[in-house]
Amino acid sequence: MRIRTVGVIAVLGLALAASGCGTTDEPTATPSKDKGNGKLVIWADQKRTAALKPFADQFGKENGVTVEVKEISENQQQTFLTASQQGSGPDVMVGAHDWIGNLVQNGAIDPVQLTAAQKASFPEIALKAVSFNGQTYGAPYAIENVALIRNTELVPTAPATLDDAIKAGKELKAAKKVSEIMCLPIGQQGDAYHIYPIYSAAGGSLFGTTATGDPDPKNVTVGSAESVAAWTKLKELGEKGETALKTSISNDNAIATFAAKKCAFLVSGPWSLVDIKKTDIKYDIQAVPGFAGGKAATPFVGVQSFFVASKGKSKALAQEFVANYVTNKDVALALYNADPRPPALTAALDQVKGTDPDAGKFLEAGKGGFPMPAIPEMSAIWGPFGNAEAAVTKGGDPATAAAAAAKAIVDAIAKK
Amino acid sequence: MTTQPSVTGSGSSGSPDPGLSPRSSQPRVITTGFLVGRVVVLGIVAALALYAVPPLIESESWLALGVVGVATLIVTYAYLSTRHVPAKYLIPGTIFLIAFQILPVLLTVSTAFTNFGDGHRGSKEDAITAIQTGSVTQVAGSPEYNLTIALRDGKLVFLLVNPTTKSVQAGTADGLSEVTGAELGITGKVLAAPGFEVLNGATAAERGKEISDLVVPTEGGAIKANGLSRAFEGKTSKRYRADCDCVTDAETGQKWVADADIGSFVDDNGQALAQGWQVNIGLANFTRVFTNNTISAHFLAVFVWNVVFALASVLTTFVLGMIVALALHSPRVRGKKTYRTFLVLPYAMPAFAMLLVWRDMFNTDFGLINRLLGTDIDWIGQPNTARFALILMNLWLGFPYMFLVTTGALQAIPKELVEASTVDGASPWQGFRRVTLPLLLVALTPLLISSFAFNFNNFNAIRLVTNGGPYAIDNASVGATDLLISYTYRVAGFDTGTADFGFAAAISVFIFAIVATISVVAFRRTRAQEEVYS
Repeated sequence: MRIRTVGVIAVLGLALAASGCGTTDEPTATPSKDKGNGKLVIWADQKRTAALKPFADQFGKENGVTVEVKEISENQQQTFLTASQQGSGPDVMVGAHDWIGNLVQNGAIDPVQLTAAQKASFPEIALKAVSFNGQTYGAPYAIENVALIRNTELVPTAPATLDDAIKAGKELKAAKKVSEIMCLPIGQQGDAYHIYPIYSAAGGSLFGTTATGDPDPKNVTVGSAESVAAWTKLKELGEKGETALKTSISNDNAIATFAAKKCAFLVSGPWSLVDIKKTDIKYDIQAVPGFAGGKAATPFVGVQSFFVASKGKSKALAQEFVANYVTNKDVALALYNADPRPPALTAALDQVKGTDPDAGKFLEAGKGGFPMPAIPEMSAIWGPFGNAEAAVTKGGDPATAAAAAAKAIVDAIAKK
Repeated sequence: MTTQPSVTGSGSSGSPDPGLSPRSSQPRVITTGFLVGRVVVLGIVAALALYAVPPLIESESWLALGVVGVATLIVTYAYLSTRHVPAKYLIPGTIFLIAFQILPVLLTVSTAFTNFGDGHRGSKEDAITAIQTGSVTQVAGSPEYNLTIALRDGKLVFLLVNPTTKSVQAGTADGLSEVTGAELGITGKVLAAPGFEVLNGATAAERGKEISDLVVPTEGGAIKANGLSRAFEGKTSKRYRADCDCVTDAETGQKWVADADIGSFVDDNGQALAQGWQVNIGLANFTRVFTNNTISAHFLAVFVWNVVFALASVLTTFVLGMIVALALHSPRVRGKKTYRTFLVLPYAMPAFAMLLVWRDMFNTDFGLINRLLGTDIDWIGQPNTARFALILMNLWLGFPYMFLVTTGALQAIPKELVEASTVDGASPWQGFRRVTLPLLLVALTPLLISSFAFNFNNFNAIRLVTNGGPYAIDNASVGATDLLISYTYRVAGFDTGTADFGFAAAISVFIFAIVATISVVAFRRTRAQEEVYS
């Protein structure tokens, strides 16, 4: 009995020790029998994994190879980077275009060579988004941006300005028809992505621009005079002012609150429609409007893309898949059907618009948008910007918040 | 295998011969179970070792291979020989200790001396490859070839069709040559060509590596495959030159020289190329903790709250858990099982989900707590209420554990002791204070210390509920409820996706030192206490 127990412990110990030793030096997850030739491995998040499977299989059949689509549920970017580094990464990665800067500085992805004809089949904004240092680093397949979603039963006419929207919201709140003026996710940490259209409409900006028109990380403008004016505007709309912006509304409850008809306006992206469509709400989608007499609101535009991993084992197949297969209209349509984000391919979008006007409306709302900067320095923005946003929403001093955010961003960029 | 030696001149089987030492007098009885067990164990050890070998050879990790080999030998020897009995028990534990304690600590410490992080993950060679590949652009005005993979005399050849002129060329590592008599398909790919064996999809795909590696030199640059069906003529503008240990741009003439101290290629203006490599930077990460103002200025404040949080969590959960356990320990209570089941519920629920539920309950406008109280408090938006909320939540999550262990410990305390104190005229409070509590503490102090260590690094509670917030208006890097661990996480850049593992490791080393010191001191005191009461 005693011996048997020892035996069992020994087996466990060795099993774990072996895996422990293995992972510290080199992953044991790469059995030598498979050098990758004739096999394509794709990593995607949960939603896209299901959407991709049939097309990946089809690609496998056409090329006589096996294709494996693996779901990475959390922290995809860091998982991909770490796995790539160890040699256990995929051949193709699916992700947002604003990862590109970080993926490139880690040597994790290769440029994608698209033909002139392929390039022409995408809208300019999608191509611009996946470009970095003059190179194209991914094949775009979906474009997403936030828009103003309106409950048409509560507010029948589309507001022309943000002021109109807030006025309508206030009236409804006074009449006890809604509990919130507007559902715009902020939360305790702020949310730069969702507030950006309003911030930009009020004149705020993040970076200056370089001679080539790219964002210039050496010129952080979060604390500029124009930006301070924008922060002041956010404060006026905040908890000590109009109460249109609230830190109690976050990504966890904004869509649910709108779906429960507790607010007439929601600032969100195409992903929110999945939940809204489950209810009987009648809604319309429009671009987030600007302030009366002010600038246009420019939402961030994010482009979901396919990347070719530098350290993949089947590069030729990966290039074939990314450059020549997913740029195909039918694949784009199928991906749209699985997860309704407007397709990046113009031809696919035109077809989608016919059956689903929402996609077109979202794209229309993102027309004047600002491709989320793909430079690695962008990562320095989120924390300080969000903090300033939460602070002014609660009624903090805009100038202090802006100056502190600008300093924190500049420091973080300098550290790099 | 040895067999049992016959015991001479003894009819009784049970009593050992007093003249021999206990060990040699009772040789191990080799049963079938023992034999089978051992064969299975050693078989699995051998299988694991063999499984680990090929990937290690492939990646040329000779050191790891040596470690695996030596470990296998030691284990095999220890379990095959009939001697070294203590080793049989110590080896598994030692392996666990090395794999899960010592190795991670060593790895963390060694990482703390490097600049490992985003932009500096790999080797210099990796960085050079990435810089060169990233600078490949299509040669201006070059055609976008349709590609067919073919073999000529067993060697891989690109059959390239110019889509406008339909001319066919063969590309090899030696360069381009004209191909005549090729038959073209409707998509512009070569179906057949004299002297070539055209490879179709699957057979071509199998040679993916060769296809990616084939470079056809041209005047303007080189032709490379872009997938399996297209090829393009590209040129590399940035190249590494070994003579100056630098990267030069052929088009702009710009030059970036390797700086081995920071692991980057830097130009004259101090601008570095994005792709860097991992280097040893000595104590820089450690000194940064002290010299960087945003970090050192808040270290003390964070540390104080960290200690308060951990202490308060342990004390509140222990006191509440103990009170409930004492109440239910009384023989007069009926329905103990039902009560116990309900009390253990918070412990049985997934903590992750519960943390998020609590966070939502503290929401100003939508939260349950404000609705119940009829208040309008921004619970997690103000420093003190946020701290209170966290401790309250941790109390709810943690007291069932204390309740369970106290119940167990109470049952181990002999009833006679308390009864004796009552007979001696002690009040119930005195009995508890002088008899029960000290005995409980003897049993529970190690658990309280480990609970302290756990809460000291209770990352999930902070991260999911307040994420360190609320933050001061002018400080986005440290919040009022940050623990050292959540603070490290943010400072190291994991939040934003640009990670600095080296720096995170350095702070982890500090936290390790703090927790280790506290634990050592606490355990010392416990030992002294045990000596008093036992």
